[in-house]
Amino acid sequence: MSGRNVRVAKADELTEVSIRINGKEYRGEVEPRTLLVYFLRDELNLTGTHVGCDTGHCGACTVVVDGRAVKSCMVLAVQAIGAEILTVEGLAEGEKLHPIQEAFTENHGLQCGFCTPGLLMSTLALLRENPHPTEADIRRGIEGNLCRCTGYVNVVKSVRAAARALSEARKEGSP
Amino acid sequence: MIPKKFDYYSPGSLKEAIRLLRQNEEAKVLAGGQSLLPLMKLRLAAPTALVDISKLADLSYIRDEGNYLAIGALAAHDAVEHDVTIKDRFTLINDAVARIGDQQVRNLGTIGGSVCHADPAADLPVALLVADARFVIEGEGGKRIVTARDFFVDLFTTAVGHDEILTELQVPYLAERSGSAYFKHSLREADFAIANVGTIITMEGDGKRCREARIGFGSAGPTPVRAASAEQYLRERPLDEGTIAEAAERAIEGASPPSDVHGSREYRLKMIKVLTQRSLRLALSRVGLAGGGVER
Repeated sequence: MSGRNVRVAKADELTEVSIRINGKEYRGEVEPRTLLVYFLRDELNLTGTHVGCDTGHCGACTVVVDGRAVKSCMVLAVQAIGAEILTVEGLAEGEKLHPIQEAFTENHGLQCGFCTPGLLMSTLALLRENPHPTEADIRRGIEGNLCRCTGYVNVVKSVRAAARALSEARKEGSP
Repeated sequence: MIPKKFDYYSPGSLKEAIRLLRQNEEAKVLAGGQSLLPLMKLRLAAPTALVDISKLADLSYIRDEGNYLAIGALAAHDAVEHDVTIKDRFTLINDAVARIGDQQVRNLGTIGGSVCHADPAADLPVALLVADARFVIEGEGGKRIVTARDFFVDLFTTAVGHDEILTELQVPYLAERSGSAYFKHSLREADFAIANVGTIITMEGDGKRCREARIGFGSAGPTPVRAASAEQYLRERPLDEGTIAEAAERAIEGASPPSDVHGSREYRLKMIKVLTQRSLRLALSRVGLAGGGVER
């Protein structure tokens, strides 16, 4: 995470932060101890990012920061100042789902849906880094996202389908 | 879960970071935060100030220094894992880094942060101990260099003083005819190890006898340890199934793994033996590949 940053944020004071999320500049005030996920959810009302275990194990809070998947419950909001963040809210364009979301829908890559925002963001980061992943690459890429419903088989299938869809979209020259 | 309150500092230079640490006795260094922040959320740690060094970009290099590789303390695990030199010539380090946490943790977590956290079940401390790495520590008085044996002092305790910062790891290149490997046994991929073992072997010119063997393991005491008796035993012996089995028996001399919910003492001792054999075999199979082999 690079860019502008505060030099000091006092424990008992609120610090103004400005973070670019899904292409839009958001401002808010946080304590130094405010974790990024709580800033997203409680301050900005971006509740698509979920809090699961809140101890860095489950990956439900995964967002993409400067192109990389990170767990937003293990990053301070003040650390993210100046960063470029993508959350699940930034995937769809209006009513049109992102190809990754389409793939998860089509392939039954979710049941209860709690882990899904995190899985979608991990998938996004994975496919940007590695557009044609093997099954092993996929399983490794999502090892930080726990799903208690699917048993992962359909998640892997969804990621593969998303990879195909994105690669076809690239061939056709659409975004 | 929310950490206790703390002042947050984001210094612009290493010097400023060291000065801030000197001024705040209860300050902690924050790098990737992937070990420290969870501890703070669980309130197992409650520093009154955090000195965030993660934006000191000039500490994330990976650089060839002739007879050793210099890795900046802020290099992220993921960057270390994908570094071509490390892949080709430091398979042991590559094996270990690839097993740290999960992708999200490897994206933010730094190698300096991981070793300073000094969890005895962590992956890198074992690998670095076996690799005879050196640790560059900077404080107000300048730099000092500490060997891996002296770096890991106790459970979660290293040679880095309160007002000092680990800035670089120096990993010596392996001799010719060497091979290395690291194995970790855990229930789930991202878990800490139940047992973990790293080895480096260097063969004699005849390709049959072992000139030097280095074996180390973690998760069996407050710090990672070297298996001195097993190392001694293998010297000038051929590496075959018999000697590998005997080395594994000797490897657990002095090992004192805990019995806990993750595994009993007996189970862990057995796993150290199993992993010692596996890593010796894999290291042997990698001898002759470029500087210790690539097997992914």
